[in-house]
Amino acid sequence: MKPAAFEYIVPDSLEQALSILQEHGEEAKILAGGQSLVPAMNFRMLQPTLLVDLNKLEELDHIRRNEAGDLLVGAMTRHRRLEFDNLVAQYAPLLHESIPSIAHPQIRNRGTLGGSLVHADPAAELPVIALAVDAQIKVQSIGGERTIPSVEFFQGMFTTDINPDEILVEVAIPESSARTGWAFKEIARRAGDYAMMGIAVRITLDEDGVCEKACLVYLNAGDGPMEAVEAAKILEGQPRDDQAFEAAAEKASQDEIDPLGNMHANVDFQRHLANVLTLRALDLAFQRADVDRGENL
Amino acid sequence: MKKRFFGERIKRREDPRLLTGQALFVDDVNLPKMIHAAFLRSPYAHARIIKIDSSKAFDHPGVVAVYTASDLGAYWRNGPLLVSPPPIENIVFHERTQQILVRDKVRHVGEPIAVVLAEDRYIAEDAVADILVDYEPLDVVVDMEKALEPQSALVHEDLPSNIAAHVVQEKGNYQQAKEKADIILKRRLYYDHGTAAAMENRGIVAEWDPKAQRLTVWDTTQAPIPIRNGLASMLGLSESQVRVIAPFIGGGFGPKIMMFYPEEMIIPWVALQLNRPVKWIEDRAENFVATTQERDQIHHAEIALTKEGRILGVHDVFLHDTGAYDPYGLTVPLNSQCTLLGPYDIPDYYSEFTAVFTNKPIVTPYRGAGRQHGVFVIERLLDLAAKELGMDVIEIRRKNFIKADAFPFDNKIIFQDFQPLVYDSGNYEPILDQALERIGYIDFVNNVQPRLTAEGRHVGIGVVAYVEGTGIGPYEGARVQIQPSGKIAVVTGVGTQGQGHFTSFAQIVAEQLGVDIEDVEVVTGDTDQFHWGTGTFASRGAVVAGNAINEAAKDVRAKVLRMASDRFEVAEEDLDIRGGQVFVRGVPQRGVSLGQLAVEANPLRGTVKPGTEPGLEATNYFGPEMGTTASGVHAMIVEVDPQTMMIDIQKFVVVHDCGRVINPMILDGQMHGGVAQGIGNAFYEKLTFDENGQLLNGSFMDYLIPTAREIPRIDVGHEETLSPLNPLGIKGAGEAGAIPVGPLFAQAIENALALDGFEILEIPLSPGRLWELVRETQSPA
Repeated sequence: MKPAAFEYIVPDSLEQALSILQEHGEEAKILAGGQSLVPAMNFRMLQPTLLVDLNKLEELDHIRRNEAGDLLVGAMTRHRRLEFDNLVAQYAPLLHESIPSIAHPQIRNRGTLGGSLVHADPAAELPVIALAVDAQIKVQSIGGERTIPSVEFFQGMFTTDINPDEILVEVAIPESSARTGWAFKEIARRAGDYAMMGIAVRITLDEDGVCEKACLVYLNAGDGPMEAVEAAKILEGQPRDDQAFEAAAEKASQDEIDPLGNMHANVDFQRHLANVLTLRALDLAFQRADVDRGENL
Repeated sequence: MKKRFFGERIKRREDPRLLTGQALFVDDVNLPKMIHAAFLRSPYAHARIIKIDSSKAFDHPGVVAVYTASDLGAYWRNGPLLVSPPPIENIVFHERTQQILVRDKVRHVGEPIAVVLAEDRYIAEDAVADILVDYEPLDVVVDMEKALEPQSALVHEDLPSNIAAHVVQEKGNYQQAKEKADIILKRRLYYDHGTAAAMENRGIVAEWDPKAQRLTVWDTTQAPIPIRNGLASMLGLSESQVRVIAPFIGGGFGPKIMMFYPEEMIIPWVALQLNRPVKWIEDRAENFVATTQERDQIHHAEIALTKEGRILGVHDVFLHDTGAYDPYGLTVPLNSQCTLLGPYDIPDYYSEFTAVFTNKPIVTPYRGAGRQHGVFVIERLLDLAAKELGMDVIEIRRKNFIKADAFPFDNKIIFQDFQPLVYDSGNYEPILDQALERIGYIDFVNNVQPRLTAEGRHVGIGVVAYVEGTGIGPYEGARVQIQPSGKIAVVTGVGTQGQGHFTSFAQIVAEQLGVDIEDVEVVTGDTDQFHWGTGTFASRGAVVAGNAINEAAKDVRAKVLRMASDRFEVAEEDLDIRGGQVFVRGVPQRGVSLGQLAVEANPLRGTVKPGTEPGLEATNYFGPEMGTTASGVHAMIVEVDPQTMMIDIQKFVVVHDCGRVINPMILDGQMHGGVAQGIGNAFYEKLTFDENGQLLNGSFMDYLIPTAREIPRIDVGHEETLSPLNPLGIKGAGEAGAIPVGPLFAQAIENALALDGFEILEIPLSPGRLWELVRETQSPA
């Protein structure tokens, strides 16, 4: 379990990092938190010839708001910082709620938001959250920058829309509209494991408590973060209603997700858990939206 | 008042060193000019090797040597058979032991084919990747039942089938018992046990000193003395030329006593060949396939009872997966066979097992060593019988316990130590009563559970019992010496892997010699210091080495009294030893320190009296006539989420009887660690092999060891029924925590879910498996 030989560079600036990528292309691999990359190298499943270590780039480690009210999070921001940051808790509560489910504190101390999104592990929490909050993902190369909506960014198993000469630099999370409720639920064998199934839900109610917009995204439920669009449609236009919840959960778990099954949970059990978690998450999300609506519960 | 040490809750003296990184582990040994080994291991579970080309490995600068089987010449060999088959009539046993390096056929994934020696481990692994092997893949034997079908491929082609062993043991006559029975229950039960996953993997450093003509080997072994003796014999050296040191070891649990692993045979040989120190440290990926493990048994078991719930007899036929080789003999299935009888008076017993070769890693004992499998069978049968008879699970156990006045109790079959399975002592009802008290059984069943059930919650309780045969022979030895400083040196041959020997052994000596525990220095696991003994296994360290130390300390005490009696001209009975002094009883000013006596016992002038030995030192040995049987009860309250099948252990109680307790704190720790491994076995850990014999979860990402987050607080109580088989009256406790957790989970989860017809007949469980089992119960196929 020793990695194959590789070169290692620690650029001092984003510009330098980008020019190194420009020069080396696919041979180079970016080292952010290293929580997936380094084990893969130790198992020799990955044998990059060059590691470009971004850990000195302080400009990529930030959490702030812009004038439009978006929460801007730098790519090198550690999970542990997200977990305890007040702006995140206030303006991205769904993200905030999901962080303790990511592995263990030791891993959260090192792992980064950008690293997790670019790795695009279908069982990871952050790609699911990105999709559920409609995060806008900013990537940069020597040639310039572009912003990609999450729904376009994730393209399948460990695959994203990022090019070899690009670095993910920042994620923008739009501010939620009023009367928005959220919930994140997952079930893992042990605390900190990749979950057997997980769901992020975000719903917005109108003033009468009728669902205006719903978004349900599942983890470990296909080849990437899996959004259940039809299930969301079932909920939209409905008030808080058990039958609608059940119909949405049925639709999402049976028709829309495509879990692969593994030794910890076979496909049937994964679909069953998706159903159970959908009901639990919707219940909590509607409750929270109702509170936001001023409804006394 | 005399300061007491034996039986006291004394903090482990070795912990400051361990916790501050001051303890020596094998990987801490770094020597000048040392080279590093990496192994090429088979990626196939069953394949013939057509050709090996290692020439490319030398392209890497820093590669020193590469060895394959053909390079070993006359040194190529199979490992020795560690435990021969027991003297049981009509026993079948086919000895097939592991190869030092595979010569022509690999029989499990991970079997070593070549070893590369290089200036560092990175280079060695680079070179391993460039050794080319042509394999001819063969049909793979994975499933035990299919392995016995006539068309199955053969793991060992020189045998007519994949049967490794066949053993029948009988007590009384089950058929007659069955004829008298009011009810008979029969089930197929499956029990799978996993890998020990010690925190420290295996490792070896070997150094040949040509000027001293001596070989020194640091090895993560539980049995340094047999390793020394075996290495001397294999390498053609005198035993005094070989020193084996088992330093601090990060967990043994059984697999570190597999003498000899291929690496243990080849690394010292390479050090001699190359005249350079060699280090090999097993990594976790290797550990999952190259270190031995335990696995599954399939039992077809039947129990015959009266309508009052009295057991008349048990009939059990089972298959045992021994893996690709069987160097550890039949220890594991014999333990299953014997431990099934439990704390119960089972008059008639028929037990038959077939050990089966498969293309999977070798099975040898791992904490519990097959006892779990047997305990699962009898405990489940009793639960099912209780249900059938409308009895309480407690009542049926109490009714069948061997009575306190029935000891020694002869079970009339042969145990793993080849002695008759006789329980030396025991008193089971107080253990059960204490466990029920601690878990709050009556209140839970009468008040708490009905209330929770009414709230729609699924909270269940389980209570199971077990025995553990411990402290088997043949013997251990020790040397105790009072030094001129007054410090006491204690040396014993057993290795230590975290059991707290540096504290508990010191407690025994401090008690005998009237010194403070801080003045007792314990050395274990260095064959230059003591070279008689077998090792640390079968929960025997405290029982066998502990009693040897006690005997040696008694001899030293006698020498002290004899000398002091001469010195003060008083009878020995009028002397007292306390606080490092020996003095005339009641006249503390007429005394001398033990250190001063030690000086006088080893004079530079004058003469030592004829017939006496110099110094205050004694060596003694202890060999029990047979193993001593410990016992216990575990109880648990668990909540199950019936939708996700996730569990929440709300209370866990262990009440254990291992005779006289040396240190209750260390004993509690043994129970905590054992229970943690038991919980892992019951609900988290499962070695998953595919149909090609590939281990699918050979990393800690997918092989789920429970963490501190999954393990509840464990409440431990003790009873003390002394063993008559040793002067200290102690019994072993190393495996007790792990043994009955499987059936405890099964019983408690059944109780929590409270579904008609729902039976858990297998371990390990998982949320996914429980969900399937419930579904099968609710809508049978």
